[in-house]
Amino acid sequence: MHEMALCEGIVGIVEEEARKRAFTKVNVVCLEIGALSHVAPEALKFCFEAVAARTIAQGARLEIVETPGTAWCMACSKTVEIGQRYEPCPSCGGYQLQVTGGEEMRVRELEVD
Amino acid sequence: MCTVCGCSDGKASIEDAHGHHHDHGDGHEHGGHHHHHRGHGHDHGHHHYHGGAHDHAPDEAGLLDCGANPAGQKIAGMSSDRIIQVERDILGKNDRLAADNRARFAADGVLAFNLVSSPGAGKTSLLVRALSELKATFAIGVIEGDQQTSNDAERIRATGVPAIQVNTGKGCHLDAAMVGEAYDRLPWLNGGLLFIENVGNLVCPAAFDLGEACKIVVFSTTEGEDKPLKYPDMFAASSLMLINKIDLAAVLDFDVAQTIDYARRVNPKIEVLTVSARTGEGFAAFFAWIRKRMAATTPAAMTAAE
Repeated sequence: MHEMALCEGIVGIVEEEARKRAFTKVNVVCLEIGALSHVAPEALKFCFEAVAARTIAQGARLEIVETPGTAWCMACSKTVEIGQRYEPCPSCGGYQLQVTGGEEMRVRELEVD
Repeated sequence: MCTVCGCSDGKASIEDAHGHHHDHGDGHEHGGHHHHHRGHGHDHGHHHYHGGAHDHAPDEAGLLDCGANPAGQKIAGMSSDRIIQVERDILGKNDRLAADNRARFAADGVLAFNLVSSPGAGKTSLLVRALSELKATFAIGVIEGDQQTSNDAERIRATGVPAIQVNTGKGCHLDAAMVGEAYDRLPWLNGGLLFIENVGNLVCPAAFDLGEACKIVVFSTTEGEDKPLKYPDMFAASSLMLINKIDLAAVLDFDVAQTIDYARRVNPKIEVLTVSARTGEGFAAFFAWIRKRMAATTPAAMTAAE
């Protein structure tokens, strides 16, 4: 349940951006969350409301863009898409996969007043 | 604490070398633990401050493709909103502090390992046995993470090795700020080893870089072969899997080959050693692994140790 800590990270970023860019209200926080990242989007949304309360991010809506998990298959010598870490290569069925994408946990943009 | 998320309400505390507790109240920022929800109580249900923004529109799952609606495609004058490009990692602050830790470890020639496992896999027992041998060769320090009690640090200190206990309160993992603070309180480990024993939890600690050289996942035969598949993030994040309680394998019909196969589905590069903290089986290979890592990291320190 580290989603709480992640939400605190999100609010911290919003507060820093507010100081730098002089806005006072945030309507939408847009996140990029990889399919292979360490976070459950629904849990994140649940925690965000609690963490954002009484901060500049209070009332902001979380929008989450989920990016696909990608991996380099050593056997096929190509990039393939995977939904979970333990999934085999969809082409050859092997497990010689090196994850190349889908681990992101980023604040992409803010919609502010 | 927050009964929903298990989040600490700021009660993380770090021992000093004499066993005193330093409770960190409101003033401290422990990495991601800002606790802005302090004081609002725990009934999250009462905090619907969404105003007009709570119309999730047709997609209740909230999967809105921001990429399809980037800044600049908004029609000026239609809305007072402005879009600010941020592009920052959520764990950026922890990662920066972890990088600071890593630089300090490098400056001190210290090789740091982050031991992770579920509760009861035998991290502390394994450390106690390892330290009694390694302390003759290396300066060693231990940072112990638990929600509560100083039991583990006391067990480590009984071996003669300095240990700092970090109590995370309700927190489920150590973060880089806690480790940096604890490292300050250890004696200088010039060219030595630092073992960070994380909170027993096979989920959350995977996401938090502490500045370690690598994570070592301790996995015991009593847990069942399929845990690498059930908790893939931790096995993906670790460089070495120590299969502990190997002396029980026969009693439990534990299938070592199957476990390794599952772990390598998740992480083809993970190294594997089987050990028993109770009997000492396999520890020679573990020590050899540590010495190899040490040699690769700091050739000078290794030469001195030899």
